[in-house]
Amino acid sequence: MRAGVGGSTSDILPQQTDEQFLRPIPYPSPPRALRAGGGKSSAVMLYFIEQSLNGVQLGMLLFLLAAGLTLIFGIMDLVNLAHGSLYMLGAYFAATFAAATGSFVLGAALALIATAVSGMALEVIAIRPLYGRPHLDHVLGTFGLILFFNELVRLVWGPAGMTLSLPSEMLTAVQIIPGVYYPLYRLVIILVTLAVAALLYILVMHTRLGMLIRAGASNREMVGALGVNIKLLYTLVFGLGAALAAFAGVMQAPILAVQIGMGENILILALVVIVIGGIGSIRGAFVAALIVGLIDTLGRAFLPPLLHAVLSTTAALTLAPALSSMSIYMLMAAILVVRPEGLFPAASR
Amino acid sequence: MQRTIRLWLLATTTLALVAGPALAQQKTVKIGFVSTFSGPAAAIGNDMRNSFELGLDHLGRKLGGLPVQVIYEDDQIKPDVGVQKTKELIESDHVDFVVGYIWSNVMVASLKPLIDSKTMTIVTNAGASELAGPMCSPYVFSTSWQNDQTPAAIGTYMNQKGVKTAFLMGPNYIAGRDMLHGLQSTFKGKIVGQDLTPWPNQLDFSAELTEARAAKPDAIFAFYPGGAGIQFVTQYAQSGLKGQIPLYTAFTIDDLSLPRLKDLAVGVPGAQNWVNDLPNATNRKFVADYHAKYHSSPSFYGADTYDAAALINSAVTAVHGDLSNKEGMRKAMERADFKSVRGNFKYGNNHIPIQNFYLQDARKNTDGSYSLHTVSLIVANDQDKFHSQCPMK
Repeated sequence: MRAGVGGSTSDILPQQTDEQFLRPIPYPSPPRALRAGGGKSSAVMLYFIEQSLNGVQLGMLLFLLAAGLTLIFGIMDLVNLAHGSLYMLGAYFAATFAAATGSFVLGAALALIATAVSGMALEVIAIRPLYGRPHLDHVLGTFGLILFFNELVRLVWGPAGMTLSLPSEMLTAVQIIPGVYYPLYRLVIILVTLAVAALLYILVMHTRLGMLIRAGASNREMVGALGVNIKLLYTLVFGLGAALAAFAGVMQAPILAVQIGMGENILILALVVIVIGGIGSIRGAFVAALIVGLIDTLGRAFLPPLLHAVLSTTAALTLAPALSSMSIYMLMAAILVVRPEGLFPAASR
Repeated sequence: MQRTIRLWLLATTTLALVAGPALAQQKTVKIGFVSTFSGPAAAIGNDMRNSFELGLDHLGRKLGGLPVQVIYEDDQIKPDVGVQKTKELIESDHVDFVVGYIWSNVMVASLKPLIDSKTMTIVTNAGASELAGPMCSPYVFSTSWQNDQTPAAIGTYMNQKGVKTAFLMGPNYIAGRDMLHGLQSTFKGKIVGQDLTPWPNQLDFSAELTEARAAKPDAIFAFYPGGAGIQFVTQYAQSGLKGQIPLYTAFTIDDLSLPRLKDLAVGVPGAQNWVNDLPNATNRKFVADYHAKYHSSPSFYGADTYDAAALINSAVTAVHGDLSNKEGMRKAMERADFKSVRGNFKYGNNHIPIQNFYLQDARKNTDGSYSLHTVSLIVANDQDKFHSQCPMK
C-alpha cells in the first residue's frame, strides 16, 4: 500500500460531490418538536426536558475532558493535544480489565489507575522537555504523541476495536418525572460526573494540593521560588488530568465503540469548551461544557423542525445537522469577540 | 576497484534496458483495489482484501491464465482521497482493473476518472443511485446492488409484519439518502419522522433516539454501516427501546459487528443479498475456507468482493488474456458467467446484478458464538429501479 499523498489534488471536493446528487426526500417530515407533543404545550415541555438531559449528559462528558485539559493548560502552560489519547487509553484499559475481571465497576476503577500511571509516566518521559518552549512545539510534540498512541493501540489491541458492554440491568430507560423516560446509563453518567465535579471542586478549593494548583495557575515562578517541588506538582496534575480523561473515556466507551482515534473528534469539542470557559478555570470548563452540550443537542433536536417551517424537507433535513454542528463554533467566535479571555478567566497572569 | 563497480553498473543497467521490454511482454493482470484500510472502518477493508485474496487463491493465483498483481489503496473514507488514489492507479500504475469501493460518496467521486479513462471497474459494495442510472458506463460493473434495493426489501418485510408507522434514521451522505428513499419506495405505512445525521463524525444518537421515542412509531428503520452500526444498535438497546419499538435494519448488523454486538443484535432483522449460510457449493467453499484461513466469518462486503475475482477471471479467460480487448471483456462480464457465492445472477442493462434479497437474523449458537442466518426470501430477481435511467441497452 502506498502511504504517500502527492499526485494531483482532487478537482472534485467531497461536499460538492455530495450536494450535486441531492435526491429530493419524497415524504414530508412533520415538524417534530410540535408533533412530538401532539400540539400540547405540556408534552412539548416534557420533550424539551428529555432533550435537555441529553445535552447535559454530553456536557458532563465534555467537562471531564475539558477539566484535565484546562488544568494542564492553566498550570503548566502546555497545549496537550494528546489528551484525547489518554481518553482512548482509558477506554481500552477499561474494556480489557472489565473483560478480565468480569466486572464493569472494577474494570473502570483499574482503568483510571492504569491511565493515571501511564499519564504520569508520559509526563516524565515525553512532556517535561516541552515545558517553557513555544506553543507550536507543544502542538507538534503532542500531535506526534497522538500518532504514537494510535499506533501503540493498534499494536497492542489490534485494529478492530473493542466493546465495553454494560451490565444488562443498565439497558433500560427510567421514568424520572411522569412522562419523561430517560436511558438509565446516561442518567448514571450525569450523576457520577456531578459527583466527580464536586470532588474536584473540594480538591481544588479546600486542600493543600488544590491550593498549590491554584497558586501554580496564577504564578508559576513564585510557587517554585517558595520551595514547592514544582516538578512533582506538574506530574501529579498531569496524572490527575489523565485520570479525568480516562474517566470520560470509560463512561463513553459503552455508548460509543472503543476504537483507535476515538479521542480526536471529542478533543476538538473539549478545546472549544476551555476557550469558552476561560483557560485554566475549572468552573469555566463546567459552565462552558454545559452550554456546549446543550447547544449541540438542542440544535440537533429543534433546528430541523424550525427550518422545516421555512424550507423544503430535503433542504431542512440536510441543512439542520450542518447548522447545529456549526452552532457551537459560532458561539465560540462570538465569545472570543466579547470576552477574549473566556467566560471565567483564571486569575490574571 | 571503483572502475570495476562503474563497469559492473554500466553492464547491468544496459542488460536491464535490453531485458526490460522482454519482461513487459510477459503479461500480468494489474488490479488496483480501493477500499478503507485505516481507522475503525479498516475492519471492512481487511475483510474485502481477505476475500479477494481468497478468491485469487481459489483461482490458483491466476486470472484467465495470467499472473496477478494487486495494488491495495486506502481511501480513508474520504472522497477526495479516494479519487486521488483512483487517478494514481489509472495514470501511474496503468492498472487493467479497478476493484473495491465501500462508500457511495467515495465511489461517485472516483467514477469520473474511471469512466473517462475507460478503465474496467468492478464496484464491490457502494451502490449509489448515480452508478445505476445516469452515470452508468460500459466498463463499470457492480457485484453488489443499488443502494435502494436492500432497504426496499426490508420495507416489503415491514409491510408483511403489519408495521403502520415508521421512524427512519441514517447518515447524511449519498448512501444514507438512497437508503431512506429505498425504504419509502416499498413501505406502505406512514413515515412519522426521519433524521439524517452528520457523517461520519456523529456517533452519539441520543437526541435522535429521544425524538424517535417521542414520535411513537410502530418501528424504527436504521441504516448505519460499519462501526456506526455497533454504536447505533448499542445505544438503541441502552435507551430501553429494544423491548418497545422494534428495529429494522439495512447494512447495520453484519458478520464484522456481530461478534461485538452479541445479544444486542439478536432479534433485529435485516435484509441482505448474501448470507453466510446460503446453500450453494461455491458459498460453502468460500465460507469454510475463509474460516480456515482467517479464523473469522466473512461479511457481505467480503462475499461480493470474492465474486469480483471470479468475474475478472471470466472476462480475461474470454479474451484469451488480451487485456486490450475491453469490448470482449465487457461482453463476457455482461453474461455474469461465473459461480457466485449468492447463487448465479444476471446483469441488468446498467451492470447492476438482478438478484434475490433475503431476510436475515442474528442467533446465539449453542457454543456461545453468534452468527447470521437466512430466514426467508423476501424478493426474488429484484432489479433496481434506476436501470431505466441508464442509457445503455
